[in-house]
Amino acid sequence: MSNITRTVVAPLAFLLFLAACVATLSGDWASLFSLEALGKMGDFASGFVPPAMDAPFLARTGWAALETLAISVLGTLLAVIGGLALALPASGRWGLPAKFAARGVLNVARAIPELVWASMIVVAAGLGPFAGTLALAFHTTGVLGRLFAESLENVPPDANDALRRNGVAPAAAFCYSTLPQALPQLTSYTLYRWENNIRAATILGVVGAGGLGQMLYFHLSLFQTHEAATVLFAMIALVALVDVLSNWLRLRMA
Amino acid sequence: MHAYTAAPPVDPAWRARIAWTLVAVVVLIPTGWLAEFNPAALWGEASLRSTRQFLATFFPPRVDLPFLALVAGATWKTVAIATVGTTLAVVIATPFALLATRVLSVSALAGGRMCALCAGIRVAIRSLLIVLRSIPEIVWALLFVRAVGLGDTAGVIAIALTYGGMLGKVYLEILESGETQATRALLANGASRSQAFLYGTLPVCLPELMSYTVYRWECAIRASVVMGFVGAGGLGQQMELSMKMLAGGEVLTMLLVFVALVSVADTVSSTLRRWLA
Repeated sequence: MSNITRTVVAPLAFLLFLAACVATLSGDWASLFSLEALGKMGDFASGFVPPAMDAPFLARTGWAALETLAISVLGTLLAVIGGLALALPASGRWGLPAKFAARGVLNVARAIPELVWASMIVVAAGLGPFAGTLALAFHTTGVLGRLFAESLENVPPDANDALRRNGVAPAAAFCYSTLPQALPQLTSYTLYRWENNIRAATILGVVGAGGLGQMLYFHLSLFQTHEAATVLFAMIALVALVDVLSNWLRLRMA
Repeated sequence: MHAYTAAPPVDPAWRARIAWTLVAVVVLIPTGWLAEFNPAALWGEASLRSTRQFLATFFPPRVDLPFLALVAGATWKTVAIATVGTTLAVVIATPFALLATRVLSVSALAGGRMCALCAGIRVAIRSLLIVLRSIPEIVWALLFVRAVGLGDTAGVIAIALTYGGMLGKVYLEILESGETQATRALLANGASRSQAFLYGTLPVCLPELMSYTVYRWECAIRASVVMGFVGAGGLGQQMELSMKMLAGGEVLTMLLVFVALVSVADTVSSTLRRWLA
Protein backbone atom coordinates (compact mmCIF):
# COMPACT_ATOMS: atom_id res chain seq x y z
CA MET A 1 0.00 0.00 0.00
CA SER A 2 1.52 3.29 -1.03
CA ASN A 3 2.26 5.94 1.52
CA ILE A 4 -0.22 8.46 0.18
CA THR A 5 -3.10 5.97 0.44
CA ARG A 6 -2.15 5.26 4.00
CA THR A 7 -1.75 8.84 5.17
CA VAL A 8 -4.25 10.77 3.05
CA VAL A 9 -6.81 8.70 1.18
CA ALA A 10 -7.70 6.23 3.93
CA PRO A 11 -8.24 8.84 6.68
CA LEU A 12 -10.25 11.02 4.27
CA ALA A 13 -12.40 8.08 3.25
CA PHE A 14 -13.00 7.26 6.90
CA LEU A 15 -13.96 10.88 7.69
CA LEU A 16 -16.41 10.95 4.78
CA PHE A 17 -17.96 7.68 5.96
CA LEU A 18 -18.20 9.01 9.50
CA ALA A 19 -19.80 12.25 8.30
CA ALA A 20 -22.38 10.27 6.32
CA CYS A 21 -23.13 8.22 9.43
CA VAL A 22 -23.52 11.27 11.65
CA ALA A 23 -25.79 12.88 9.06
CA THR A 24 -28.19 9.89 9.13
CA LEU A 25 -28.63 9.86 12.87
CA SER A 26 -31.62 11.80 14.04
CA GLY A 27 -30.04 12.70 17.36
CA ASP A 28 -29.92 16.37 18.16
CA TRP A 29 -26.51 16.32 19.78
CA ALA A 30 -26.38 20.02 20.65
CA SER A 31 -29.55 19.77 22.71
CA LEU A 32 -28.35 16.48 24.22
CA PHE A 33 -25.42 18.25 25.82
CA SER A 34 -27.40 21.35 26.76
CA LEU A 35 -27.57 22.23 30.43
CA GLU A 36 -31.25 21.38 30.58
CA ALA A 37 -30.77 17.90 29.12
CA LEU A 38 -27.76 17.22 31.34
CA GLY A 39 -29.79 18.31 34.36
CA LYS A 40 -32.59 15.93 33.38
CA MET A 41 -30.12 13.11 32.98
CA GLY A 42 -28.66 13.99 36.37
CA ASP A 43 -32.13 13.75 37.91
CA PHE A 44 -32.64 10.39 36.23
CA ALA A 45 -29.29 9.12 37.48
CA SER A 46 -29.80 10.38 41.03
CA GLY A 47 -33.11 8.50 41.09
CA PHE A 48 -31.08 5.29 41.30
CA VAL A 49 -29.61 6.22 44.68
CA PRO A 50 -30.08 4.59 47.11
CA PRO A 51 -30.74 1.11 45.71
CA ALA A 52 -33.71 -0.70 47.22
CA MET A 53 -32.38 -2.78 50.10
CA ASP A 54 -35.43 -4.18 51.89
CA ALA A 55 -35.17 -7.89 52.66
CA PRO A 56 -38.11 -9.18 50.56
CA PHE A 57 -36.83 -7.34 47.49
CA LEU A 58 -33.28 -8.57 48.03
CA ALA A 59 -34.65 -12.10 48.30
CA ARG A 60 -36.52 -11.64 45.04
CA THR A 61 -33.39 -10.32 43.34
CA GLY A 62 -31.38 -13.24 44.67
CA TRP A 63 -34.00 -15.62 43.33
CA ALA A 64 -33.87 -13.96 39.91
CA ALA A 65 -30.07 -14.21 39.99
CA LEU A 66 -30.37 -17.95 40.68
CA GLU A 67 -32.85 -18.21 37.83
CA THR A 68 -30.36 -16.45 35.53
CA LEU A 69 -27.66 -18.85 36.65
CA ALA A 70 -29.94 -21.82 36.01
CA ILE A 71 -30.81 -20.50 32.53
CA SER A 72 -27.14 -20.17 31.67
CA VAL A 73 -26.17 -23.61 33.01
CA LEU A 74 -29.01 -25.46 31.38
CA GLY A 75 -28.75 -23.52 28.13
CA THR A 76 -25.04 -24.27 27.90
CA LEU A 77 -25.57 -27.93 28.73
CA LEU A 78 -28.27 -28.39 26.11
CA ALA A 79 -25.94 -26.67 23.67
CA VAL A 80 -23.15 -29.11 24.52
CA ILE A 81 -25.45 -31.98 23.67
CA GLY A 82 -26.77 -30.34 20.51
CA GLY A 83 -23.33 -29.09 19.53
CA LEU A 84 -21.74 -32.50 19.92
CA ALA A 85 -24.57 -34.17 18.00
CA LEU A 86 -24.07 -31.75 15.10
CA ALA A 87 -20.28 -31.68 15.39
CA LEU A 88 -20.11 -35.39 14.53
CA PRO A 89 -21.52 -34.92 11.02
CA ALA A 90 -19.92 -31.46 10.73
CA SER A 91 -16.46 -32.92 11.31
CA GLY A 92 -16.97 -35.07 8.21
CA ARG A 93 -17.63 -38.39 9.92
CA TRP A 94 -20.67 -39.32 7.86
CA GLY A 95 -19.63 -38.07 4.47
CA LEU A 96 -19.63 -34.76 2.64
CA PRO A 97 -23.39 -34.14 2.22
CA ALA A 98 -23.96 -34.62 5.95
CA LYS A 99 -20.98 -32.37 6.66
CA PHE A 100 -22.32 -29.48 4.59
CA ALA A 101 -25.85 -29.88 5.91
CA ALA A 102 -24.64 -29.86 9.52
CA ARG A 103 -22.40 -26.85 8.91
CA GLY A 104 -25.32 -25.00 7.35
CA VAL A 105 -27.52 -25.64 10.37
CA LEU A 106 -24.71 -24.56 12.72
CA ASN A 107 -24.09 -21.36 10.75
CA VAL A 108 -27.74 -20.34 10.88
CA ALA A 109 -28.01 -21.13 14.59
CA ARG A 110 -24.90 -19.08 15.29
CA ALA A 111 -25.75 -16.15 13.05
CA ILE A 112 -28.96 -15.35 14.94
CA PRO A 113 -28.18 -13.61 18.26
CA GLU A 114 -29.54 -15.05 21.52
CA LEU A 115 -31.89 -12.15 21.98
CA VAL A 116 -33.47 -12.60 18.55
CA TRP A 117 -33.85 -16.34 19.22
CA ALA A 118 -35.48 -15.48 22.54
CA SER A 119 -37.96 -13.06 21.03
CA MET A 120 -39.06 -15.74 18.55
CA ILE A 121 -39.13 -18.60 21.06
CA VAL A 122 -41.25 -16.58 23.46
CA VAL A 123 -44.05 -17.05 20.91
CA ALA A 124 -43.80 -20.84 21.17
CA ALA A 125 -42.72 -21.42 24.77
CA GLY A 126 -44.43 -18.48 26.41
CA LEU A 127 -42.85 -15.83 28.63
CA GLY A 128 -40.39 -17.06 31.25
CA PRO A 129 -37.00 -18.63 31.83
CA PHE A 130 -37.71 -21.70 29.69
CA ALA A 131 -37.76 -19.51 26.57
CA GLY A 132 -34.45 -17.97 27.65
CA THR A 133 -32.91 -21.41 28.17
CA LEU A 134 -33.93 -22.54 24.71
CA ALA A 135 -32.70 -19.31 23.12
CA LEU A 136 -29.29 -19.71 24.70
CA ALA A 137 -29.24 -23.38 23.74
CA PHE A 138 -29.95 -22.66 20.06
CA HIS A 139 -27.38 -19.91 19.63
CA THR A 140 -24.72 -21.70 21.67
CA THR A 141 -25.31 -24.95 19.76
CA GLY A 142 -24.22 -23.05 16.66
CA VAL A 143 -21.12 -21.66 18.34
CA LEU A 144 -20.05 -24.81 20.18
CA GLY A 145 -20.95 -27.13 17.31
CA ARG A 146 -18.53 -25.40 15.03
CA LEU A 147 -15.75 -25.27 17.64
CA PHE A 148 -16.36 -28.92 18.58
CA ALA A 149 -16.26 -29.98 14.93
CA GLU A 150 -12.93 -28.27 14.48
CA SER A 151 -11.51 -29.91 17.62
CA LEU A 152 -12.71 -33.34 16.51
CA GLU A 153 -11.17 -32.81 13.09
CA ASN A 154 -7.86 -31.91 14.68
CA VAL A 155 -7.62 -35.07 16.79
CA PRO A 156 -5.02 -37.44 15.28
CA PRO A 157 -7.00 -40.39 13.88
CA ASP A 158 -4.45 -43.12 14.79
CA ALA A 159 -6.04 -44.33 18.02
CA ASN A 160 -9.49 -44.40 16.46
CA ASP A 161 -8.15 -46.29 13.41
CA ALA A 162 -6.36 -48.82 15.62
CA LEU A 163 -9.53 -49.58 17.56
CA ARG A 164 -11.64 -49.82 14.41
CA ARG A 165 -9.15 -52.17 12.74
CA ASN A 166 -9.35 -54.46 15.75
CA GLY A 167 -13.07 -54.75 15.40
CA VAL A 168 -14.40 -52.14 17.80
CA ALA A 169 -17.75 -50.62 16.84
CA PRO A 170 -17.60 -47.02 15.55
CA ALA A 171 -19.48 -45.54 18.52
CA ALA A 172 -17.25 -47.29 21.06
CA ALA A 173 -14.14 -46.35 19.13
CA PHE A 174 -15.24 -42.72 19.21
CA CYS A 175 -16.00 -42.82 22.95
CA TYR A 176 -12.68 -44.45 23.87
CA SER A 177 -10.28 -42.74 21.46
CA THR A 178 -11.38 -39.52 19.78
CA LEU A 179 -13.58 -38.15 22.56
CA PRO A 180 -11.04 -38.45 25.41
CA GLN A 181 -8.38 -36.84 23.22
CA ALA A 182 -10.58 -33.89 22.36
CA LEU A 183 -12.22 -33.62 25.78
CA PRO A 184 -9.91 -31.03 27.42
CA GLN A 185 -10.44 -28.66 24.53
CA LEU A 186 -14.18 -29.27 24.43
CA THR A 187 -14.39 -28.58 28.15
CA SER A 188 -12.48 -25.35 27.91
CA TYR A 189 -14.66 -24.14 25.01
CA THR A 190 -17.71 -25.00 27.05
CA LEU A 191 -16.50 -23.07 30.09
CA TYR A 192 -15.66 -20.08 27.95
CA ARG A 193 -19.13 -20.17 26.41
CA TRP A 194 -20.74 -20.53 29.82
CA GLU A 195 -19.06 -17.30 30.90
CA ASN A 196 -20.50 -15.64 27.81
CA ASN A 197 -23.90 -17.15 28.44
CA ILE A 198 -24.14 -15.80 31.97
CA ARG A 199 -23.82 -12.35 30.46
CA ALA A 200 -26.36 -13.20 27.81
CA ALA A 201 -28.76 -14.75 30.33
CA THR A 202 -28.78 -11.59 32.42
CA ILE A 203 -30.10 -9.59 29.48
CA LEU A 204 -32.39 -12.09 27.72
CA GLY A 205 -35.11 -11.10 30.14
CA VAL A 206 -35.69 -7.78 28.40
CA VAL A 207 -37.72 -9.65 25.78
CA GLY A 208 -39.53 -11.58 28.51
CA ALA A 209 -37.26 -14.59 28.86
CA GLY A 210 -36.87 -14.57 32.64
CA GLY A 211 -34.11 -13.89 35.12
CA LEU A 212 -32.55 -10.61 36.19
CA GLY A 213 -33.15 -8.97 32.81
CA GLN A 214 -36.88 -9.39 33.07
CA MET A 215 -36.82 -7.83 36.54
CA LEU A 216 -34.71 -4.91 35.33
CA TYR A 217 -37.02 -4.32 32.40
CA PHE A 218 -40.09 -4.53 34.60
CA HIS A 219 -38.84 -2.04 37.19
CA LEU A 220 -37.40 0.37 34.64
CA SER A 221 -40.70 0.35 32.78
CA LEU A 222 -42.46 1.42 35.96
CA PHE A 223 -39.70 3.98 36.66
CA GLN A 224 -38.91 2.18 39.94
CA THR A 225 -35.30 3.21 39.69
CA HIS A 226 -34.23 2.22 43.22
CA GLU A 227 -35.27 -1.37 42.52
CA ALA A 228 -33.60 -1.21 39.10
CA ALA A 229 -30.34 -0.12 40.75
CA THR A 230 -30.37 -3.18 43.01
CA VAL A 231 -30.93 -5.46 40.02
CA LEU A 232 -28.08 -3.76 38.16
CA PHE A 233 -25.74 -4.41 41.08
CA ALA A 234 -26.85 -8.03 41.17
CA MET A 235 -26.07 -8.35 37.45
CA ILE A 236 -22.58 -6.95 37.85
CA ALA A 237 -21.90 -9.10 40.90
CA LEU A 238 -23.11 -12.25 39.16
CA VAL A 239 -20.93 -11.68 36.12
CA ALA A 240 -17.89 -10.89 38.30
CA LEU A 241 -18.50 -14.02 40.38
CA VAL A 242 -18.67 -16.26 37.34
CA ASP A 243 -15.52 -14.67 35.91
CA VAL A 244 -13.62 -15.48 39.09
CA LEU A 245 -15.06 -18.99 39.26
CA SER A 246 -14.29 -19.92 35.69
CA ASN A 247 -10.79 -18.42 35.91
CA TRP A 248 -10.16 -20.61 38.91
CA LEU A 249 -11.56 -23.68 37.17
CA ARG A 250 -9.44 -23.00 34.10
CA LEU A 251 -6.27 -22.64 36.17
CA ARG A 252 -7.02 -25.87 38.01
CA MET A 253 -7.70 -27.81 34.86
CA ALA A 254 -4.74 -26.47 32.89
CA MET B 1 4.33 -69.00 39.56
CA HIS B 2 1.47 -66.59 39.40
CA ALA B 3 -1.32 -67.80 37.18
CA TYR B 4 -2.30 -65.38 34.47
CA THR B 5 -5.85 -64.23 34.80
CA ALA B 6 -7.56 -62.07 32.25
CA ALA B 7 -8.54 -58.67 33.57
CA PRO B 8 -12.21 -58.74 34.48
CA PRO B 9 -14.36 -56.94 31.90
CA VAL B 10 -14.91 -53.93 34.12
CA ASP B 11 -14.69 -50.34 33.01
CA PRO B 12 -11.57 -49.03 34.81
CA ALA B 13 -13.08 -45.57 35.11
CA TRP B 14 -16.42 -46.62 36.56
CA ARG B 15 -15.98 -44.77 39.87
CA ALA B 16 -15.40 -41.45 38.13
CA ARG B 17 -18.29 -42.08 35.77
CA ILE B 18 -20.73 -42.79 38.58
CA ALA B 19 -19.49 -39.82 40.58
CA TRP B 20 -19.92 -37.46 37.64
CA THR B 21 -23.36 -38.83 36.88
CA LEU B 22 -24.39 -38.23 40.49
CA VAL B 23 -23.01 -34.68 40.40
CA ALA B 24 -24.87 -34.04 37.17
CA VAL B 25 -28.17 -35.26 38.61
CA VAL B 26 -27.73 -33.26 41.81
CA VAL B 27 -26.97 -30.07 39.86
CA LEU B 28 -29.48 -30.59 37.07
CA ILE B 29 -32.65 -31.22 39.01
CA PRO B 30 -32.72 -27.88 40.84
CA THR B 31 -31.40 -26.12 37.75
CA GLY B 32 -34.14 -27.49 35.57
CA TRP B 33 -36.71 -26.62 38.16
CA LEU B 34 -35.42 -23.03 38.47
CA ALA B 35 -35.36 -22.55 34.71
CA GLU B 36 -38.92 -23.94 34.51
CA PHE B 37 -37.59 -26.51 32.08
CA ASN B 38 -40.67 -28.05 30.58
CA PRO B 39 -40.41 -29.27 27.00
CA ALA B 40 -43.96 -30.55 27.25
CA ALA B 41 -45.08 -26.92 27.19
CA LEU B 42 -43.91 -26.75 23.60
CA TRP B 43 -46.28 -29.58 22.59
CA GLY B 44 -49.32 -28.13 24.28
CA GLU B 45 -52.34 -27.55 22.03
CA ALA B 46 -52.28 -23.75 22.32
CA SER B 47 -48.55 -23.28 21.94
CA LEU B 48 -48.37 -25.66 18.99
CA ARG B 49 -51.09 -23.69 17.28
CA SER B 50 -49.43 -20.31 17.86
CA THR B 51 -46.05 -21.69 16.79
CA ARG B 52 -47.52 -23.14 13.64
CA GLN B 53 -49.32 -19.90 12.83
CA PHE B 54 -46.18 -17.83 13.48
CA LEU B 55 -43.98 -20.13 11.40
CA ALA B 56 -46.54 -20.20 8.58
CA THR B 57 -46.27 -16.42 8.26
CA PHE B 58 -42.49 -16.70 7.66
CA PHE B 59 -42.97 -17.85 4.08
CA PRO B 60 -42.72 -16.14 1.74
CA PRO B 61 -40.39 -13.41 3.02
CA ARG B 62 -41.74 -9.94 2.34
CA VAL B 63 -39.81 -8.40 -0.55
CA ASP B 64 -41.98 -5.59 -1.95
CA LEU B 65 -40.06 -2.42 -2.76
CA PRO B 66 -41.39 -0.05 -0.08
CA PHE B 67 -40.59 -2.61 2.61
CA LEU B 68 -37.12 -3.27 1.20
CA ALA B 69 -36.46 0.47 1.19
CA LEU B 70 -37.52 0.62 4.83
CA VAL B 71 -35.21 -2.27 5.69
CA ALA B 72 -32.34 -0.69 3.77
CA GLY B 73 -32.81 2.55 5.70
CA ALA B 74 -32.89 0.69 9.01
CA THR B 75 -29.78 -1.27 8.05
CA TRP B 76 -27.83 1.85 7.17
CA LYS B 77 -28.96 3.37 10.46
CA THR B 78 -27.60 0.33 12.28
CA VAL B 79 -24.24 0.80 10.55
CA ALA B 80 -24.31 4.50 11.42
CA ILE B 81 -25.09 3.81 15.10
CA ALA B 82 -22.23 1.31 15.28
CA THR B 83 -19.76 3.60 13.51
CA VAL B 84 -20.52 6.76 15.47
CA GLY B 85 -20.72 4.76 18.72
CA THR B 86 -17.33 3.15 18.11
CA THR B 87 -15.78 6.51 17.18
CA LEU B 88 -17.05 8.01 20.42
CA ALA B 89 -15.75 4.96 22.28
CA VAL B 90 -12.29 5.65 20.86
CA VAL B 91 -12.62 9.27 22.02
CA ILE B 92 -13.52 8.04 25.53
CA ALA B 93 -10.92 5.29 25.67
CA THR B 94 -7.86 7.14 24.38
CA PRO B 95 -7.39 9.70 27.16
CA PHE B 96 -8.16 7.10 29.83
CA ALA B 97 -5.66 4.66 28.38
CA LEU B 98 -3.01 7.38 28.13
CA LEU B 99 -3.61 8.51 31.70
CA ALA B 100 -3.62 5.03 33.14
CA THR B 101 -0.75 3.37 31.32
CA ARG B 102 2.31 2.60 33.37
CA VAL B 103 4.62 2.91 30.39
CA LEU B 104 4.51 6.70 30.44
CA SER B 105 4.99 7.03 34.19
CA VAL B 106 7.91 9.36 34.90
CA SER B 107 8.00 8.57 38.60
CA ALA B 108 8.13 4.84 37.90
CA LEU B 109 11.07 5.46 35.62
CA ALA B 110 13.01 7.55 38.11
CA GLY B 111 12.61 5.69 41.37
CA GLY B 112 11.27 2.39 40.14
CA ARG B 113 8.01 3.13 41.97
CA MET B 114 5.09 5.30 41.13
CA CYS B 115 4.09 8.14 43.38
CA ALA B 116 1.07 7.29 45.50
CA LEU B 117 -1.21 9.87 43.89
CA CYS B 118 -0.35 8.80 40.33
CA ALA B 119 -0.86 5.16 41.24
CA GLY B 120 -4.19 6.11 42.83
CA ILE B 121 -5.36 7.90 39.68
CA ARG B 122 -4.38 4.91 37.57
CA VAL B 123 -6.36 2.53 39.80
CA ALA B 124 -9.37 4.86 39.73
CA ILE B 125 -9.36 4.99 35.93
CA ARG B 126 -9.02 1.23 35.65
CA SER B 127 -12.01 0.76 37.98
CA LEU B 128 -14.08 3.23 35.98
CA LEU B 129 -13.29 1.28 32.81
CA ILE B 130 -14.38 -1.94 34.54
CA VAL B 131 -17.72 -0.40 35.53
CA LEU B 132 -18.30 0.91 31.99
CA ARG B 133 -17.75 -2.44 30.36
CA SER B 134 -19.32 -4.71 32.95
CA ILE B 135 -22.78 -3.26 32.23
CA PRO B 136 -23.89 -4.84 28.95
CA GLU B 137 -24.59 -2.43 26.10
CA ILE B 138 -28.23 -3.42 25.96
CA VAL B 139 -28.66 -2.39 29.60
CA TRP B 140 -27.02 0.97 28.90
CA ALA B 141 -29.40 1.28 25.96
CA LEU B 142 -32.36 0.44 28.19
CA LEU B 143 -31.29 3.15 30.64
CA PHE B 144 -30.65 5.78 27.99
CA VAL B 145 -33.87 5.07 26.12
CA ARG B 146 -35.50 6.25 29.32
CA ALA B 147 -33.17 9.22 29.80
CA VAL B 148 -33.03 10.59 26.24
CA GLY B 149 -36.02 8.93 24.58
CA LEU B 150 -36.48 6.22 21.96
CA GLY B 151 -34.19 6.35 18.96
CA ASP B 152 -30.64 6.01 17.80
CA THR B 153 -29.09 8.45 20.29
CA ALA B 154 -29.58 5.91 23.08
CA GLY B 155 -27.89 3.25 20.93
CA VAL B 156 -24.93 5.48 20.14
CA ILE B 157 -24.38 6.37 23.80
CA ALA B 158 -24.73 2.75 24.88
CA ILE B 159 -22.08 1.58 22.43
CA ALA B 160 -19.82 4.52 23.26
CA LEU B 161 -19.90 3.71 26.99
CA THR B 162 -19.55 -0.09 26.90
CA TYR B 163 -17.01 -0.10 24.09
CA GLY B 164 -15.21 2.86 25.65
CA GLY B 165 -14.62 0.64 28.68
CA MET B 166 -13.53 -2.33 26.57
CA LEU B 167 -11.29 -0.34 24.23
CA GLY B 168 -9.75 1.52 27.18
CA LYS B 169 -8.78 -1.74 28.83
CA VAL B 170 -7.40 -3.29 25.67
CA TYR B 171 -5.55 -0.11 24.64
CA LEU B 172 -3.90 -0.17 28.07
CA GLU B 173 -2.87 -3.77 27.60
CA ILE B 174 -1.51 -3.11 24.12
CA LEU B 175 0.44 -0.05 25.26
CA GLU B 176 1.93 -1.98 28.15
CA SER B 177 2.70 -5.19 26.31
CA GLY B 178 4.47 -3.65 23.33
CA GLU B 179 8.18 -2.87 23.14
CA THR B 180 8.70 -0.22 25.81
CA GLN B 181 12.46 0.29 25.54
CA ALA B 182 12.18 3.10 23.00
CA THR B 183 9.68 4.99 25.16
CA ARG B 184 11.77 4.52 28.28
CA ALA B 185 14.94 5.62 26.53
CA LEU B 186 13.22 8.77 25.27
CA LEU B 187 11.80 9.57 28.72
CA ALA B 188 15.13 8.91 30.42
CA ASN B 189 16.88 11.25 27.99
CA GLY B 190 14.57 14.13 28.71
CA ALA B 191 11.86 13.85 26.10
CA SER B 192 8.47 15.09 27.24
CA ARG B 193 5.80 12.47 27.77
CA SER B 194 3.86 13.48 24.68
CA GLN B 195 7.05 13.22 22.62
CA ALA B 196 7.87 9.86 24.14
CA PHE B 197 4.37 8.64 23.37
CA LEU B 198 4.23 9.97 19.80
CA TYR B 199 7.70 8.84 18.78
CA GLY B 200 8.28 5.84 21.05
CA THR B 201 5.02 4.11 21.95
CA LEU B 202 2.56 4.97 19.21
CA PRO B 203 4.56 3.79 16.17
CA VAL B 204 5.05 0.39 17.80
CA CYS B 205 1.46 -0.08 18.92
CA LEU B 206 -0.60 1.66 16.23
CA PRO B 207 -1.30 -1.34 13.94
CA GLU B 208 -2.56 -3.42 16.84
CA LEU B 209 -4.63 -0.55 18.28
CA MET B 210 -6.31 0.11 14.93
CA SER B 211 -6.93 -3.52 14.19
CA TYR B 212 -8.59 -4.12 17.57
CA THR B 213 -10.73 -1.03 17.04
CA VAL B 214 -11.91 -2.33 13.67
CA TYR B 215 -12.72 -5.67 15.26
CA ARG B 216 -14.82 -3.87 17.89
CA TRP B 217 -16.64 -1.95 15.18
CA GLU B 218 -17.67 -5.29 13.73
CA CYS B 219 -18.98 -6.36 17.14
CA ALA B 220 -20.77 -3.02 17.48
CA ILE B 221 -22.76 -3.72 14.32
CA ARG B 222 -24.03 -6.96 15.79
CA ALA B 223 -24.71 -5.24 19.12
CA SER B 224 -26.59 -2.35 17.58
CA VAL B 225 -29.02 -4.74 15.90
CA VAL B 226 -29.72 -6.37 19.23
CA MET B 227 -30.07 -3.02 21.02
CA GLY B 228 -32.82 -2.07 18.61
CA PHE B 229 -35.00 -4.54 20.51
CA VAL B 230 -35.17 -2.16 23.46
CA GLY B 231 -35.95 0.78 21.20
CA ALA B 232 -32.50 2.05 20.35
CA GLY B 233 -33.12 2.40 16.61
CA GLY B 234 -31.99 0.58 13.49
CA LEU B 235 -32.72 -2.88 12.16
CA GLY B 236 -33.42 -4.38 15.58
CA GLN B 237 -36.22 -1.94 16.30
CA GLN B 238 -37.91 -2.82 13.00
CA MET B 239 -37.46 -6.52 13.74
CA GLU B 240 -39.03 -6.12 17.16
CA LEU B 241 -42.02 -4.30 15.68
CA SER B 242 -42.55 -7.04 13.10
CA MET B 243 -42.26 -9.72 15.75
CA LYS B 244 -44.81 -7.97 17.94
CA MET B 245 -47.19 -8.02 14.98
CA LEU B 246 -46.27 -11.66 14.33
CA ALA B 247 -45.39 -10.68 10.74
CA GLY B 248 -43.06 -13.60 10.07
CA GLY B 249 -42.41 -12.67 6.44
CA GLU B 250 -40.97 -9.34 7.53
CA VAL B 251 -38.93 -11.01 10.27
CA LEU B 252 -37.46 -13.50 7.78
CA THR B 253 -36.45 -10.74 5.34
CA MET B 254 -34.78 -8.80 8.13
CA LEU B 255 -33.04 -11.89 9.49
CA LEU B 256 -31.59 -12.53 6.04
CA VAL B 257 -30.50 -8.90 5.75
CA PHE B 258 -28.98 -9.11 9.23
CA VAL B 259 -26.99 -12.22 8.37
CA ALA B 260 -25.79 -10.58 5.16
CA LEU B 261 -24.86 -7.39 7.03
CA VAL B 262 -22.87 -9.30 9.63
CA SER B 263 -20.97 -11.26 7.01
CA VAL B 264 -20.22 -8.07 5.04
CA ALA B 265 -18.97 -6.38 8.21
CA ASP B 266 -16.91 -9.49 8.91
CA THR B 267 -15.28 -9.34 5.48
CA VAL B 268 -14.66 -5.58 5.62
CA SER B 269 -13.16 -5.88 9.08
CA SER B 270 -10.84 -8.76 8.23
CA THR B 271 -9.71 -7.02 5.01
CA LEU B 272 -9.04 -3.80 6.88
CA ARG B 273 -7.17 -5.63 9.60
CA ARG B 274 -5.00 -7.48 7.14
CA TRP B 275 -4.24 -4.16 5.48
CA LEU B 276 -3.42 -2.50 8.81
CA ALA B 277 -1.16 -5.26 10.05
